[in-house]
Amino acid sequence: MRVGRTPFALPQVLRDVLAQGSGRLGMTIVCLHLAVAVAAPMIAPQDPAVQDAGAMLQSPSWAHWFGTDRLGRDVFSRTLLGGREAMLIATLATVIAMVWGSALGILAALIGGRTDALVMRFVDAMMSIPWILMVMLFVAALGSSSAALVPVLGFSYGLSVVYLARAAALDFVARDFVVAAQIRGHARWSIALTELLPNVRDSLAVQGAMQWSWILLAVSSLSFLGMGVAPPTPDWGQMIADARGIMQRAPWALIWPMLALSSLVIGMNLAVDAWARATGVDRNRRVPGA
Amino acid sequence: MVAVLLERIGLALVTMVIIAVVVFFALDLMPGDACSVTLERGASDSMLAACHARLGLDQPPLWRFITWAGDFLRGDLGISMQRERPIAEIVGWRLRNTLILAGVTSVIGIPLALGLGVLAGLNPDGPLDMAISGVAIFAMTVPEFISGTLMILLFSVVLGWAAGVVTIGYKAPAFELVKASILPAATLIFILAAHILRMVRASVIEVMQSDFVQMARLKGASRRRIIWHHVVPNALLPAISIIGLTMAWLLGGVVIVESVFNFPGLGRLAVDAVADQDLPLVQAIALLFGFIYVLTNLGADLLALTLNPRLRARRR
Repeated sequence: MRVGRTPFALPQVLRDVLAQGSGRLGMTIVCLHLAVAVAAPMIAPQDPAVQDAGAMLQSPSWAHWFGTDRLGRDVFSRTLLGGREAMLIATLATVIAMVWGSALGILAALIGGRTDALVMRFVDAMMSIPWILMVMLFVAALGSSSAALVPVLGFSYGLSVVYLARAAALDFVARDFVVAAQIRGHARWSIALTELLPNVRDSLAVQGAMQWSWILLAVSSLSFLGMGVAPPTPDWGQMIADARGIMQRAPWALIWPMLALSSLVIGMNLAVDAWARATGVDRNRRVPGA
Repeated sequence: MVAVLLERIGLALVTMVIIAVVVFFALDLMPGDACSVTLERGASDSMLAACHARLGLDQPPLWRFITWAGDFLRGDLGISMQRERPIAEIVGWRLRNTLILAGVTSVIGIPLALGLGVLAGLNPDGPLDMAISGVAIFAMTVPEFISGTLMILLFSVVLGWAAGVVTIGYKAPAFELVKASILPAATLIFILAAHILRMVRASVIEVMQSDFVQMARLKGASRRRIIWHHVVPNALLPAISIIGLTMAWLLGGVVIVESVFNFPGLGRLAVDAVADQDLPLVQAIALLFGFIYVLTNLGADLLALTLNPRLRARRR
C-alpha cells in the first residue's frame, strides 16, 4: 500500500521536473549526453583508436574539430565515444547496488532488533574503508577489467543504499498497514515488496540516479589512475590522464574530455535535484561517507 | 557519561576488527594469491609451494588471519612482494607525508569552511551566499582529478606560481613537503571546504530560525551578540561530526590527488602497489586507511560529546 501521496504518475513527475528551470537544463544536458553516447559510433568522423604519426598534437581544424592528441588520434571522435564504456559500467553497477542495497536495507528495517544492528554494524565498518581502496583491493586481486569493475562497484556503492533504504523504510515499519499485514501473516519478503517498497520508491529512485553519477565518477577516476577502462577503448578519464603531460602544447586534448565529463555530472545533479523536489524527497538526508 | 564513552570506544574497536576481517578475507576468497599473482604465469608447482611456505600461505586461513592481525598490531606489516622489503619501512615515510598533506589541508581548510559556511548561512540567497554556494556545488560535483588538473593548468601553466608536479623524494625533510603540498592541499581544501560549508550553512539557517535566536532578537540583543553567542556555537556543534565523516572522503580523495600531483604519500603508493599487484602492500594500506578513519571519527565523536552535553544522555 502506498500512503500519503497520489499514485506514482510518471508524466506528472516529468512535467514537474521540466517546470523548474534547473530541471529543464539538467534533463537537456543528460538527454543530450545519452543521445550522443548511443549515436556516437555512427556520428564519430574517425576511428578513435587510429594513430596518425603525421598529425600529432594538431590544433583544432576542419579535419580534426577538437584537434589531435599526442598519438595523432582525433580528439572529437574520442570525446564523442569516451563516455560509453563508463556509462555502461555505471548503469550495470547501479542496478546491482540498488537491488541488493534496497533489499537488505528494507529487510533490516522490517526485521529490526539484533539482525538490524548486526547488518548496520557490518555496513558501517565497510563504509569506513574509503571506496577507492576497497575497489583497489579487488582490482589488485582480480586485475582491472570492465567485467570485474561492475560487481566490485555494485557491491561497494550498494552499502550506502542499504543505509538510505533502511532509513526510508523505518518511517513506515511501525505504521498500521504494515502491522496489519504482519498480523494477516504475510511473509516478510511480501510485506517488504507490497507494503514498504511502494512507499520508499521515490527516495530510491533519487538515490539510484545519484548512485549512477557517483559510479560514473568512480569509473572515470579509476580510468584516470589506469585501473578502469583499458585502452584502446577511449574513455574521458583515460584521455585526461593521457593529455596531462602535454597540457601546455595541446590544451584541447585536455579541455574537451574534462568538459564532457563535468557537464554530464553537473547536468545529472541538476536533474536529480529537480526530480527530488518534484517527488518531495528530502535530499538532505545524506548518507555518511557518500 | 562514562557509559557513553565506553560504548563509543567499544563500537570503534568492533568496527576495526570487522575492517581487518574484511580486508583480509576479501582477498582470501579471490582466485589467486600473493604468490600466483607475483610469480610468472608459467611458474612451476614447486616454485609456488616454496613461495607459499615462505609467506606462510600454506597455513589454514584462520591461523593466517590471527598471525597477520597480531603482527599488524605489533607494527609488523609483512613483506612487500615487489619491493622485497618490510612494508612497515616503506609505509612509514609515506604515512608521514600523507599526514603532512592532510594536516595542511585540515588546518587551512576547516576554519575556512566554517567561516564561509557561517557567512553564507547568515544571508541565505544573498549575493555572497550565491557566490559561495555556486562555487561549492561546482567543487562537490566535479571529480578530484579534474579539479586537480585545473589547478595545475591555472596556477602552474597559466600563472606560473607553483610547480605543477611534485618532484621531491619520499624521504625529503618535512618543511620541503609542506612547500610541495601547496597545490595538492589547495585541491583538497577546495573540495573538503565545499562539503563542510554546505552543512554549516544549512545548520546556521536552521539555528537562525530557532526560538532562542528569536528570543534574543526580541530582548534587543545586538546582531553581533546574537551571531557570536547564540548562532555560531550552536551551528558549529553538528559540524564536528560532519568533519569526522568528511575524513572518509579526504582519505579517498588523497589517493587521487596524490596521483595527480605525484605527491609521495600513502595514496600514490597504493596506486603503485595495485599496478604492481603487490597484494600484501595494498592490504596493509587499506587497513591503515580504515583505522585512521575510525580513529578520526572516534575523536570527532568524543570531542562532540565534551562540547555538547545534550549528546551525553543515553539514547532510548
